[in-house]
Amino acid sequence: MSETGIRGVPTTGKATPEGMTGAQSLVRSLESAGATDIFGIPGGAILPAYDPLMDSTRIRHILVRHEQGAGHAAQGYAAATGRVGVCMATSGPGATNLVTPLADAHMDSVPLVAVTGQVGASMIGTDAFQEADIRGITMPITKHNFLVTDPRDIPRTVAEAFHIASTGRPGPVLVDVAKSALQAETTFAWPTELQLPGYRPVTRPHSKQIREAVRLILEARRPVLYVGGGVIRARASQALLKLAEATGMPVVTTLMARGAFPDSHVQHLGMPGMHGTVAAVAGLQKSDLIISLGARFDDRVTGNLDSFAPGAKVIHADIDPAEIGKNRHADVPIVGDCHEVIADLLALLTTEADAGHTGDYEAWVDFLAGVKKRYPLGYDTPASGLAPQYVIERLGAIAGPDAIYTSGVGQHQMWAAHFIGYEKPNTWLNSGGLGTMGYAVPAAMGAKVGMPDSTVWAIDGDGCFQMTNQELATCAINDIPIKVAIINNESLGMVRQWQTLFYNERYSNTDLHSKRIPDFVKLADAYGCVGLSCESPDQVDATIEKAMSIDDQPVVVDFRVHRDAMVWPMVAAGTSNDEIKYARDLAPEFDEDGL
Amino acid sequence: MSKHTLSVLVENKPGVLARIAGLFSRRGFNIDSLAVGPTEHPEISRMTIVVNVEESPLEQVTKQLNKLVEVIKIVELDQASAIDRELVLVKVRADAATRGAVLDAVQLFRAKVVDVAPDAITIQVTGNADKLADFLRVLEPFGIRELVQSGMVAIGRGSRSISERSLRPVPVPAPAAGTAGR
Repeated sequence: MSETGIRGVPTTGKATPEGMTGAQSLVRSLESAGATDIFGIPGGAILPAYDPLMDSTRIRHILVRHEQGAGHAAQGYAAATGRVGVCMATSGPGATNLVTPLADAHMDSVPLVAVTGQVGASMIGTDAFQEADIRGITMPITKHNFLVTDPRDIPRTVAEAFHIASTGRPGPVLVDVAKSALQAETTFAWPTELQLPGYRPVTRPHSKQIREAVRLILEARRPVLYVGGGVIRARASQALLKLAEATGMPVVTTLMARGAFPDSHVQHLGMPGMHGTVAAVAGLQKSDLIISLGARFDDRVTGNLDSFAPGAKVIHADIDPAEIGKNRHADVPIVGDCHEVIADLLALLTTEADAGHTGDYEAWVDFLAGVKKRYPLGYDTPASGLAPQYVIERLGAIAGPDAIYTSGVGQHQMWAAHFIGYEKPNTWLNSGGLGTMGYAVPAAMGAKVGMPDSTVWAIDGDGCFQMTNQELATCAINDIPIKVAIINNESLGMVRQWQTLFYNERYSNTDLHSKRIPDFVKLADAYGCVGLSCESPDQVDATIEKAMSIDDQPVVVDFRVHRDAMVWPMVAAGTSNDEIKYARDLAPEFDEDGL
Repeated sequence: MSKHTLSVLVENKPGVLARIAGLFSRRGFNIDSLAVGPTEHPEISRMTIVVNVEESPLEQVTKQLNKLVEVIKIVELDQASAIDRELVLVKVRADAATRGAVLDAVQLFRAKVVDVAPDAITIQVTGNADKLADFLRVLEPFGIRELVQSGMVAIGRGSRSISERSLRPVPVPAPAAGTAGR
């Protein structure tokens, strides 16, 4: 085995400092940290770094069209591969354009390093041209951030940034480097240890808490595994499958956890929450024990918190101690990496099972199977026109569970969460916490760069698509053949749905006229992509297959769907999950006699 | 609501105070008092933060503070086992007729006169919040012209030090390739 140093970069024995510019040191540091792909745009303050970047053989820099695209691409790259995504921008507006992706990555725990140029050290604070205090601006939306003014600090700071971004609860880290530091002569030596006295994430769960959790699991009659995105970040899907199958406990997967547990699995109740399946909502609401794994009791899952799962005790496992007990009291708090937590729970439950101690969940499992059968996911097929759910269902069936799907935010996102059918982790990428319209196209671009052999579909709304579609140019020029399915209902559909339900069908400013302007097929063509269009159900399969057959160019399909489709089930905002409707004015009935 | 005193050891780096102040305002926590200064270790600063919250938000405050990379350690000091002090500089109206009475108060509270003018004296007094409030109540009738007060600083009783173990050099291994999220 050859000797390798930090992040697999070959070491040449003892590190002797090499003389170079700060800019060269920055590029060497990014290489040493393991970066192979960077999405970015140059500009005045970061310009010195782009010169040595041109010579790097390890790093491919992809020139995007807007820094927001760079940020979301780095997110998509990270979410699809599990590696740290990297984006780069100049000072001032370049950096502020990264604010949305940074906030998004912060909410969804995406490992990201953003490198920004800053005006020269002597100019900081003078309101210089393109100066913005991006470190101050991003303090509340990054896991950590740095301002580097001394070129000697560059290697250590980059090493710390990658370490912080990728360990513990992953998140975005911003490194702001003054232009003067990039231009100065310095020495480069990759650090062998990091000085972060205040950063020690706990990954090993406490054995006493594991024993207490197992005791509750064995005592429970109506337990449910409430699986969040942490399970995907911890690469714990296989371990989760073993735990679920060993115990027979039902599973719900949140929006961020779709794919963490196979949708086809009999124990899977689907997605819980505001637009969750009736079975998943009931599974949490009527349980007597919630085992939360890498989830955070988000308001979109719990609905009205006071009436959420009133009879349930809670085992809450998370790598971030601040999530535990934040929204819902935890009877058994477990701080640790989800992979280790699940492994420890399974080991102890197996020992107990060998001693004849197992949980009795039969009545509960039967009850939920009944709910699942009685209230399956479904949708109304319109008398004329195209149902958006049908398009997404067929897309999932034809592209299959090996493809990667990204989405924007709104109705199409909820339909994509429900109707694709996920079997594997890291195949569903979306903006869950921040709810960023415009995430889909650049995130798909990033995912495709990270996973070039996978088919990557961006399922986007006509509103979302128009926020970031300029990255189609990036895709076409850099041979990043993503596929985009625009679910074109010529509206800001989710807002329109709320106007239908709660604002007396007064459609204030939600009509986008997107079937008229722009012409998405021509727009695709203008961007060097193949543009397709489809508006009848009998053309859906052929259109998707046509798109699947093109692999040397990005493809954009304008699926012109009927505009009145709504997302069901739904729990109205702020109400109790008990108030779930599986279609307009239709509440499910539960036969709880056997429980 | 009840008052809690948090001693927070932080890395002595630029921007740490902004980070902590920002966290409090963003999460909707109120700071009653905040004092910050150097410690026996040049690379560590110590903040004494007094917050007025219930038990459960206090836990959130502490956990959120702990997530800040530059926060090394947080200890809640309880009144019984800690000494807390604030400092007040107060300018009181005092002429030939009232100066004697003011000086009596100074002596009673073991305060100190730090400046004298024909019609005013400036007094320095240290103590806990109750003592300072009592002293100011006594001075009130003479006429307080100007007042400045420090945040509270506090330290635990006994021989134990909260900072002695926090500087243990713990080398953090840099990430191995492709292990995001672990």
